[in-house]
Amino acid sequence: MITMINRLLLAVLVIAMAACSSTKQTGEGVDIEDRQPAEFSIEDGEDGVSIGGIGDGVSGGETNGIGSDGSYSFTELDDPDSPLSERIIYFASDSNVIGNEYTSMIEAHSRFLADNPEVNVVLEGHTDERGTREYNLALGERRAKSVRDFLLLQGASVSQVEMISYGEERPAQSGQGESFWGQNRRVEILYTNR
Amino acid sequence: MKLLKFAALCIVLSVVSTTSWSKPLEIEITKGVDTALPIAIVPFGWNSATVIPLDVAAVVTADLQRTGLFEAIDDSDFLSAPTAIDDVEFRDWRLLNASNLIIGDITEDSDVYVIEFYVFDVFKGKKLTGYALRANKQNLRNAAHQISDIVYEALTGQPGAFATRIAYVSVGEKANKKRYSLQVSDADGFNPQSLLTSPEPILSPSWSPDGNQMAYVSYEERRPRIYIQEVATGKREVISSFPGLNGAPVWSPDGKKLALVLSKDGNPDIYVMDMASRELTRLTTSTAIETEPTWAPNGKMLAFTSDRGGNPQIYRISVNGGRSERLTFEGKYNARPRFSPNGEFLAMVHVGNNSGGAYRIAVLDMDIGTLRVLTEGQLDESPSFSPNGSMIIYATEQQGRGVLAAVSTDGRVHQRLSIEDGDTREPVWSPFKN
Repeated sequence: MITMINRLLLAVLVIAMAACSSTKQTGEGVDIEDRQPAEFSIEDGEDGVSIGGIGDGVSGGETNGIGSDGSYSFTELDDPDSPLSERIIYFASDSNVIGNEYTSMIEAHSRFLADNPEVNVVLEGHTDERGTREYNLALGERRAKSVRDFLLLQGASVSQVEMISYGEERPAQSGQGESFWGQNRRVEILYTNR
Repeated sequence: MKLLKFAALCIVLSVVSTTSWSKPLEIEITKGVDTALPIAIVPFGWNSATVIPLDVAAVVTADLQRTGLFEAIDDSDFLSAPTAIDDVEFRDWRLLNASNLIIGDITEDSDVYVIEFYVFDVFKGKKLTGYALRANKQNLRNAAHQISDIVYEALTGQPGAFATRIAYVSVGEKANKKRYSLQVSDADGFNPQSLLTSPEPILSPSWSPDGNQMAYVSYEERRPRIYIQEVATGKREVISSFPGLNGAPVWSPDGKKLALVLSKDGNPDIYVMDMASRELTRLTTSTAIETEPTWAPNGKMLAFTSDRGGNPQIYRISVNGGRSERLTFEGKYNARPRFSPNGEFLAMVHVGNNSGGAYRIAVLDMDIGTLRVLTEGQLDESPSFSPNGSMIIYATEQQGRGVLAAVSTDGRVHQRLSIEDGDTREPVWSPFKN
């Protein structure tokens, strides 16, 4: 757990150094609309949280112990022609079956993780808005797990892959109808330390 | 169609803060009963030189009208305005076809208000009940709801649920950032107060049976965790932060246990936590999704959602574990069950075989096993019974926006409730106040 926190904090620093101007540290929380890894940032989780009866929230995060040697150079991840630039897997309704069209993409990520054991990913599982919220959290996790199992099968190690299900809480597109829902039933691969 | 629009009146009853963007709910009766009972509520007497701080009779009128079961006669038609028993002329009310008459009188005595009120059967010319209540300025509105409860019980034989609260999650946007807020308001939508605001999702609020605590799921630490929070003070703690899902907390009827969902052992399963020892007991072990537990009122059994049969259906299991039994067979999707307070009905989210994929609220009669669809929306979810069992509040969509609605358990009365901005979802009706 401590290691993970350090990695997350490291990620904050890397982002802050690399993309300072685009990362807001205003206490408003992370920009949820653009979750592309290049701009992925993790701030103190309690930033912007306020609890009734206590006051206006807990401010500031523990930022001690951040190493300064955090900049990796993975040009391949940023190469639009590389399969690694593809990081979203879409699913059919109420399904966690990974389509054949994603096989080579996930294999590429898996090889990259196997070759770079210091790199971690978070798999975010999502669903469309239909159905109940807690069932959708379970479904989102099941989708993330499908992708994780595939990654592990192809050489990534367990410690490199974390899963978070958001269920229907973080749609990529707001709207009704299959054209929106299909965009929301997804797993996103997010590189957290690079 | 009646539209009762409420002004932003805020009475701070407890210590929790009111967020700047939360607005009171609007309540609209979208379908009432054809046989609404005509009643007359006379403005309560007020024998003081000062201005009355609250129109108590108006609050009672709004409460009763909102049920769809009563039609208040316009007070401009009244032939007399009695405030004491001796002033009542039943003939005046028979002429208006009033079935019942409610009168009252408020006296002030060093910051304490004494409200005396009476309910009459007009045709029999008989007093049904009468009470005197004491209140201060802060809880005068609550006293009005208690009067509504007494009147409702005198007229229907069922206890009222007006002096209760609802919790819900609202999602607003501030500078293009989502703000999730766990809100608690009075049952009529007044006095909304925020228990928690966060830029990350908040889900699955659940009242403790004494109404003093709330359990919920918050992603504020970037992972789903279950918190329990004292409603009055805001004091809270994390009670579940295992790897994977920590979700769907629900208190047992005696308040000593919490059912929850954890996926730490591989896939989502139902667990029960003993609140004193914090020990966990695992109830389900299948490789399917098991989630959304709810306690039967006797505390001996839980119902939950499982897709072990291929699609989500509702099952029940003993609190001691063992084999579970499938409860729903009609429809291709039945999920998030909630028992009615007497255990007679199980409300759920239901997709019928021929409904075009619409998610609706249905109730299963636990004795005879029939399923009845109560709502007509496309994405209705999160049913929650009022503590007297008469109404089910739920979340629905209106022009792409989440709003709250309520339906009577018999399906006859429909109401829509909405705040002016943002999305409102996951309503939970509080237990009766102790």
